[in-house]
Amino acid sequence: MVRNAFALAAGLAFGLGLCLSGMYGPQKVLGFLDITGAWDPSLAFVMGGAIAVALPAFALARRQRLSWSGEPIELPPTRPIDWPLALGAVVFGAGWGLSGVCPGPGLVDLGFLSAGAAIFVVAMTVGVFAHGALEAGLRGRRPIAQDA
Amino acid sequence: MTLDLVHFTPVASLSGGLLIGGAAALLILGSGRILGAAGLYAGLVLAPAQMWRWFWLAGLVAAPLLARLIWTIPAPLFPGSPITLLVAGLLVGFGARLGSGCTSGHGVCGLSRLSPRSLAATSIFMATGFLVVFAVRHLVS
Repeated sequence: MVRNAFALAAGLAFGLGLCLSGMYGPQKVLGFLDITGAWDPSLAFVMGGAIAVALPAFALARRQRLSWSGEPIELPPTRPIDWPLALGAVVFGAGWGLSGVCPGPGLVDLGFLSAGAAIFVVAMTVGVFAHGALEAGLRGRRPIAQDA
Repeated sequence: MTLDLVHFTPVASLSGGLLIGGAAALLILGSGRILGAAGLYAGLVLAPAQMWRWFWLAGLVAAPLLARLIWTIPAPLFPGSPITLLVAGLLVGFGARLGSGCTSGHGVCGLSRLSPRSLAATSIFMATGFLVVFAVRHLVS
């Protein structure tokens, strides 16, 4: 129950932040990505502001085992920089550059009843499942390859 | 105040960033989870029984309704054809999963955790985004 309340508040604050910063608008994000055009550096200020608050919060979280709702704090394990990370970032960046939309703004724009957002989110969902299927396929094949 | 999607908006964007950072702080300290939109959404569609993810999504989608009461807020403008959006959505969904994160997961939370992986991912997807926008806006059209 408490965990749900924090999740709701985090969703609201995230969405309001995306609105106020202008990042809900693909046109604003594309203005940042267009460095050789009429460049709009706003997105850098969004990241700066967000990191200024989140950095001390994560420093605090690292020293605690449980969150305020009693659930464990789950921080990703330290892993090396590998090919899936790099390749995934290239694929992600290509879609982001084509549309000016990433997952947070895509979801928040559903709240504007935008047809563009609906198309994007449906396709993004297919992309998530496609990755899951590919991963399951690779995992299923690996033992066979080792046997051979 | 009318939100400006055309010009450089340092104050509004920095303030919005502080809110996004606050959201990340609330979720990690309150619920113990990383505020990565792609990861949270993927968890929701792959394991729909986890109620807290639905609460997060409800807050996110309700935010524009609340924002309309506070600011005059222009509609988001999606560029290109529906086909472009379809391809972009596929790439973003697949790429965020393969690369373990998106703009919020790597770019906000990962950089705040001082994660070298997130710094690498953020640099790569930003560079790719710059290149694709350069190609689409200045080479093709």
